Amino acid sequence: MQTKGYFELFLVFAKVGVMTFGGGYAMLPLLQREVVDTRGWATEEELADYYAIGQCTPGVIAVNTATFVGQKRGGASGGVVATLGVVFPSLVIITIIAALLQNFADIPAVMNAFAGIRVCVCVLILNTVVKLWKKTVVDVPTLLIFFAVLALSLLTDLSPVLFVLAAAAAGVAVQNLRGKR
Amino acid sequence: MIYLRLFYEFFKTGLFAIGGGMATIPFLSEMGERTGWFSQALLADMLAVSESTPGPVGINMATYVGYTVGGVAGGVIATLGEITPSIICILIVAALLKSFRQSRIVENVLYGIRPASTGLISAAGIGVLWICMQGTSGQVLNWKGVALFALIWVLTNPVKQTRSLHPIVFIAFAAAVGIVFRFAEM
Repeated sequence: MQTKGYFELFLVFAKVGVMTFGGGYAMLPLLQREVVDTRGWATEEELADYYAIGQCTPGVIAVNTATFVGQKRGGASGGVVATLGVVFPSLVIITIIAALLQNFADIPAVMNAFAGIRVCVCVLILNTVVKLWKKTVVDVPTLLIFFAVLALSLLTDLSPVLFVLAAAAAGVAVQNLRGKR
Repeated sequence: MIYLRLFYEFFKTGLFAIGGGMATIPFLSEMGERTGWFSQALLADMLAVSESTPGPVGINMATYVGYTVGGVAGGVIATLGEITPSIICILIVAALLKSFRQSRIVENVLYGIRPASTGLISAAGIGVLWICMQGTSGQVLNWKGVALFALIWVLTNPVKQTRSLHPIVFIAFAAAVGIVFRFAEM
């Protein structure tokens, strides 16, 4: 691929990044329009596959999907360029906001606003948990894993990394035991 | 060397947080406690800003935390740290796409990890809730916080007209309520 091709890849994904508000889930309709309908870089089925895999591989879904589309278009370097494109708007916008907020954090109105916002964040996290719960806690073993991880992370200082590794091992063990029965 | 440490911490977060931006919260929460780089209250503020600005939440959080710890360069390095495992994993998976999709072992690993991720996010949510709901000056509970929590829950769940609105609407509403009712003073 030529320099122009990489540049276009970067720009398209920067556009997708700047128009995504919220999680990677908000990105799908945009990708559909930019990547499938307008440019034909991937088919609808391929995009759905990338998305599904992006949810179950490490990292942020939006980034995973960008890497996928980019590598299909321009190999490994295309994957890197598309990913840098999708994160570029965040880097610029968040850096500006963070710098501003650091200067205004002592103003009472700002402190009051964020005290209110924190309550809202609690509800948003609760809503996410309820949605995830319905999709991920599907039987008794997954229920046990959920409560074990919840209790241990509240009561101990163990790293979340340990829980993820232990849960992966538990998942394999449970499914293998089932298979043998 | 703070930049190296930032890159390492976010590389770890990117590698082990599976299932989107929210899944990075428990890792960031633990990072804040262990390193003392930022408080849990600041983490909640950063999450609110990340939800209401353009860009994927997970990336916005990485940039914000990185900036808080190490300025502009810190923001860039934390973000690069977070996306590096993604790029490596996806490039590998893309090469073995077919066998990855049909692999029993991948399916079984995810069967275990998914509820664990839900549990981790729940624990992080309880952490933030604890900060919001504690009363000061003799009160056991922060009643203003409880009332706003209930109101926003109702607006985002049973009420059909408002529940599909973008989170930014509720964040702006909560900010206004916070200012009018002086939430920081409790």
